[in-house]
Amino acid sequence: MVIGESKPLAEILEMIKDFNKVVVAGCKGCVTVCNVGGEKEVAILASELRIARKASGNELEVKEYTCERQCDPEYIEPLDDLVTDADALVSIACSVGPQYVVARYPYLQVYPGINTTCIGGSQEHGVWKEFCQACGNCIIHHFGGLCHITRCAKQLLNGPCGGSAEGVCEVGKGSIPCIWQLIYDRLKNLGHLNQLVEVKLYKDWSTSRDGGLRTMIREELKK
Amino acid sequence: MTAGSNLEKILKSGKKAVTCECGPPRGADVEHFRHKASYLKGCGDAVNVTDNQTAVVRFCSLAASKILMEMGLEPVMQMVTRDMNRIGLQSNVLGAAALGIKNLLCLTGDHQSFGDHPQAKNVHDLDSIMLLHTVKTMRDEGKMVSGTEVQGRPQMFIGAAANPFADPQDFRVVRMGKKISAGAQFIQTQCIYNMERFRHFMQMANDMGLTEKCYILAGITPLKSVGMANYMKKFVPGLDVPDSYITRLRGAPKDKQGAEGIKIAVEQIQECLEMKGIAGIHLMAIEWEEKVPEIMEAAKLLPRPKID
Repeated sequence: MVIGESKPLAEILEMIKDFNKVVVAGCKGCVTVCNVGGEKEVAILASELRIARKASGNELEVKEYTCERQCDPEYIEPLDDLVTDADALVSIACSVGPQYVVARYPYLQVYPGINTTCIGGSQEHGVWKEFCQACGNCIIHHFGGLCHITRCAKQLLNGPCGGSAEGVCEVGKGSIPCIWQLIYDRLKNLGHLNQLVEVKLYKDWSTSRDGGLRTMIREELKK
Repeated sequence: MTAGSNLEKILKSGKKAVTCECGPPRGADVEHFRHKASYLKGCGDAVNVTDNQTAVVRFCSLAASKILMEMGLEPVMQMVTRDMNRIGLQSNVLGAAALGIKNLLCLTGDHQSFGDHPQAKNVHDLDSIMLLHTVKTMRDEGKMVSGTEVQGRPQMFIGAAANPFADPQDFRVVRMGKKISAGAQFIQTQCIYNMERFRHFMQMANDMGLTEKCYILAGITPLKSVGMANYMKKFVPGLDVPDSYITRLRGAPKDKQGAEGIKIAVEQIQECLEMKGIAGIHLMAIEWEEKVPEIMEAAKLLPRPKID
């Protein structure tokens, strides 16, 4: 799923300092699962904004709504009534959401209320980690099913580099496991260490963001 | 002979080679660079020019290599894949060849989080092993990564680095073997302090037949002080400086620690040169270039051989 983290309240207050009526819009998709942009977080952010503005003697009217998904045009429509007399909208969906809102309301000021950080998963309660960079051409089966493009700081295809010590990457002050050590261990367990002996050559990055904006069209679904 | 550089000729002759290192400054102060390099004249068969080492901005290795050539020193131009994609890297290889640079060391480079611009975006389109393959293919097959024909092949003697002390330990020699099969003709190792572990590494390299395919130069960095030894031990991953060296440095009075460090380095050089499969020494006297002639003299490595 897409993982995000809340922006500091002060940053959001600064964004909307000139407005009196705002909508806070969440999303019931990924950001609900990672506890950053669902119904609960919409209510919390709305209250925090009201309280902070009241304390500064400049009251703010906040309307709340959580879309079924903010990455689908039909689920943006329910915002129509809410935004008619609003000065601005703060979206706490991943950064896809605010762009869908912008597409529907050309004259509305739209602000991101969270930072979209990565495609990842939950590790334990309150801990999420990155696992994929959406390079558009998955080759993890050649590396024991582990993604070195995402999880190696140097994106090596022929790792590990000289900065791997006792299973830990030299980047990240000891907090990041060396993915190449994990790839090595896994292939050793599977009896496939020979896969690491062959030289891996050039990756085609044109399927990644480097090839320009990516659009997927499924003709059979379009009809 | 591939490039016919002095380094290649000496290694091919079977004589022990010595490469030194000279890092360009963090500014355009060419005089400072020339001054440091002047100590290496007559010492190194070739001199490595680092490419923004430890991800700190310095003047580029291409320009620094050209300056060394003007001084009568032969450069080993280092290139890292951190800062340039395949377009930039191949362009620099061709430009270097056009300027007459004949030795190239292909590296991935230190991560930018260790340098002076940790906010930088990194590239890593290729890794060191792919860069080795790229240069070899341009030279031997006249083709770029894309298959485009090269108009004038870059004649390079191609090198790579190896760290015998990182993990997983058993894979380090295998990875060096990958570098050799990708195109490396010579290897310069990371600074060696743990001689026992290095001996084991060389044993494996000999057993795998790698020393027959490639020249291995043992990396030696003299320790200037106890402080430096402790720093290397604590902060450079995989670099374990044995306590015996630290004890020896500590035993010397403060103003004699450098001399003791040089003594250790000389002993290490002699020990390495006796190991089977070692083709020479890569002497990295970091910001201590003025001591290189003294170390070389003490290690009985002067004068340098001349091969025509």
